Amino acid sequence: MKKLAFAALAAALMGGVAHADTIKVGVIGPFSGPFALQGKNFKAGIDAYMALNGNTVGDDTVEIIYRDVPTADPAQSKALSQELVVKEGVQYLAGFYFTPDAMAATPLLEQANVPMIVMNAATSAIVTKSPYVVRTSFTTWQTSTPIAKVAFDGGAKKIISVVSDYGPGIDAEAAFKAGFEKAGGEVVEAIRMPLQTNDFSPIMQRIKDSGADGVFAFLPSGPTTLGFVKAFNENGLKDAGIKFFAPGDLTQESDLPALGEAALGLTTTFHYAVSHDSPENKKFVEAAGKAIGNPAELSFPAVGAYDGMHVIYKMIEATGGEQDAAKAVEAVKGLAWESPRGPVSIDPETRHITQNIYLREVAKAADGTYYNKEIQTFEKQGDPGLEAAK
Amino acid sequence: MQTIFSIGVDALAYGMVLFVISIGLSVTMGLMRVVNLAHGAFAMIGGYIASYAARDLGLAYALAVLLAVAGTILIAIPIERFLYRRIYGQPELTQVLMTIGITFCVIGIANYVFGPTLKTIPTPDALREPVSLGFRTVSAHRLFVIGCGAAVALGLWYFIERTAFGVKLRAAVDNAAMAAALGVRTEIVYAVSFAVAVGLAAFGGVVGAELLPIEPYYALRYMVTFLVVVSVGGAGSIPGALAACLLLGAIDTTGRYLMPEFGEFFFYLAVIAIVWLFPRGLAGRAK
Repeated sequence: MKKLAFAALAAALMGGVAHADTIKVGVIGPFSGPFALQGKNFKAGIDAYMALNGNTVGDDTVEIIYRDVPTADPAQSKALSQELVVKEGVQYLAGFYFTPDAMAATPLLEQANVPMIVMNAATSAIVTKSPYVVRTSFTTWQTSTPIAKVAFDGGAKKIISVVSDYGPGIDAEAAFKAGFEKAGGEVVEAIRMPLQTNDFSPIMQRIKDSGADGVFAFLPSGPTTLGFVKAFNENGLKDAGIKFFAPGDLTQESDLPALGEAALGLTTTFHYAVSHDSPENKKFVEAAGKAIGNPAELSFPAVGAYDGMHVIYKMIEATGGEQDAAKAVEAVKGLAWESPRGPVSIDPETRHITQNIYLREVAKAADGTYYNKEIQTFEKQGDPGLEAAK
Repeated sequence: MQTIFSIGVDALAYGMVLFVISIGLSVTMGLMRVVNLAHGAFAMIGGYIASYAARDLGLAYALAVLLAVAGTILIAIPIERFLYRRIYGQPELTQVLMTIGITFCVIGIANYVFGPTLKTIPTPDALREPVSLGFRTVSAHRLFVIGCGAAVALGLWYFIERTAFGVKLRAAVDNAAMAAALGVRTEIVYAVSFAVAVGLAAFGGVVGAELLPIEPYYALRYMVTFLVVVSVGGAGSIPGALAACLLLGAIDTTGRYLMPEFGEFFFYLAVIAIVWLFPRGLAGRAK
C-alpha cells in the first residue's frame, strides 16, 4: 500500500515536471518615452487576451516578460532579445513596434530556436529575414494600396503625395503610386518631408501650387499629424476642395480627441478601427479598455498584440509546450480565425496576416466624441509590398 | 512673385512663434546667466494649464492664457526659491545638470497627470477662420501670433531699457556685488526676472501650441530649437533674438518649400554660418 502511494506520488511528480511548465514570452516594445502610449497598447492587447482566454494553455502557464526599447534602437533591441533568450529562457519573442528593432533581432531566431511574432513593425521585408517570423499587424503597403483605388474612383485624377522621409513613409509613397497609376491616375509630384517638421504651411503651399486635385499623405501617428491636418484646413486647402487621402496611421483613435473637428470627414484606409462593429470587437474593446485604464487611449497596436497572443497560444498548443520553433511556425501557417478587426488568416507563404482593409471616415458620435466610421471593406488583402520588391 | 509673398507670410508667422517661445530663454540665459534647459518644460506647463482651463473647464481663450501665465509663474516661484537660487553664478555644467533634471521630472509628472496623448487648446472661432490676404489665405491664428510676437518684443524692450526696474536688472547683471552695495535687492530683481521669463515661456507655449502641440515630450523635443535661437540671436538681446527668429524662420520656410527633401539642412547650415561669423550671436555683447 505504502509502495503504491509512493509510486503514485512519484508518477504525479514526474507528470508535473513533464507537462506543467511555465512558458515564457518575451515582449519588446516602447514602454517609456515618447512612444509609451503604443507600448501601453501592446500590454493592453496582451492583458485583454489573457483575461479572456486564461493564462494557461493545456497544462502550461504562460508568463509574459516585458523589455523596454523607448525609441527605434536596433542595438538595444538585439541586446535585450538576446538577454531574454539566454537569461530568461523565453520560448517566444514578440512585440516590436519599430521596423529596425524587429530587423535587428531576426538573426537570433534560428540559433535560439525561437519564433518571432511581430505585433506592429510594418515594413514588408521583415518576414523575409527569417523563416521564424510571423506578423499579426499590417504593412504600410497593405494599408496604403486600397486608398489609391478609393482616390481614383472618387474622381481624383491628379494627386500629389506628401510623406515623412523615413522607411514607412517611402513605402507608403511607393504603394500609393503603384496603386494609383495602375488605376489610371497620375502622381504629379512626390514630396518627402523631414520627420522633424513643425510648420507645414510651406508644404501646403507646395500642394496648392502643384495643381493636384487631391493629396496623399503619410505621417507617423503622434504629435505631427495634428499640425499637418490643421495646416491643411487653415491654409484653405480644404475649402479649395482638395481631397485628402491617407492610411489610418494619421487618424489613430488616441489622436482623434486632439484632432477633433479638424479631422472631420477625412478618409483613411486601415486594418482596424476601434469602432468596428462585431461581437468579437465588442469583447476585445471592453477587456482592452479595462486593461489600459483609459479607453480613449486604445489604438491599433493593441489589436496586433491581441492577435499575436492568439498565434502564440496556438503555437504552444501545437508544440505541447516543447521548444520547437519550426513546428510552431508550421502549425500557424494558414491559421484562420475571427479577430476583433474581422476575419484574418496567416498567409502560409509570407507568414504575414491576410485581413480586411477598411475605408473609414472620421465622424462625430452622438456623445460628441470622434471616431473612425467604417464605410467600405476591401476583403482579404495580402501584402502587395513583397510582390513589388521581387 | 505671389509665391515669394506667400513664403514671406509663412516665414514671418513661424519666426514670430519661435520668438515668443524663445525670448524667455534669452532673458534667463543672457541677463541672469542661467542655462535654463527647463525652459521648454515651463512652456509646456503653460500649455497644459491653458488646455485644462479652456477644454475641460470651458473657460474663454483669453482667460485661459492669463491663467496659464499666472499658474506657471505660481508653480515656478517655489522652484526658483529652492532650486534655481542655488545655481545662480555656478558653472554652466552644474546649471545644465540641474535644469535637465527638472525637465525630466516635469515630463514624468505631466505624463502621469495628463497622460501621453496630445492636448489641444481650443481657440475661439474668430482665430480659427482662414483669412484671405488677397494673394493667399492664412489662418487668423497666425496673424494673432505675429501680433503677439510684436507686442512681446516691444513690451520687453520697454521694460528692460526704459523702466527703473530695467536699470536695476542690467546693473545686477553687469556687477551683482556692486549693485547690491548700492542698495539694489538683487535677489528680488532675479526673482522678478525669472518670473517674467517663465511667464513668457508659458505665454509662448500657449500661443505656439498650434505649431508645437502640447504633449509630455514637448519639453525636450523643441529644446534644441530654442537654444539655437538664443545662441544665434545673442543671449539677452531682444533685437538679436527677433532678428534671429525672423532670419531662421525665413531660411527654414524657404528651404522647406523649395527643397523639403533636404530637411533641416539649410536651417543648420545657416546656424553654423552665423555662429562662425558672430561667435556671440547676432547682437551678443563681449564679456
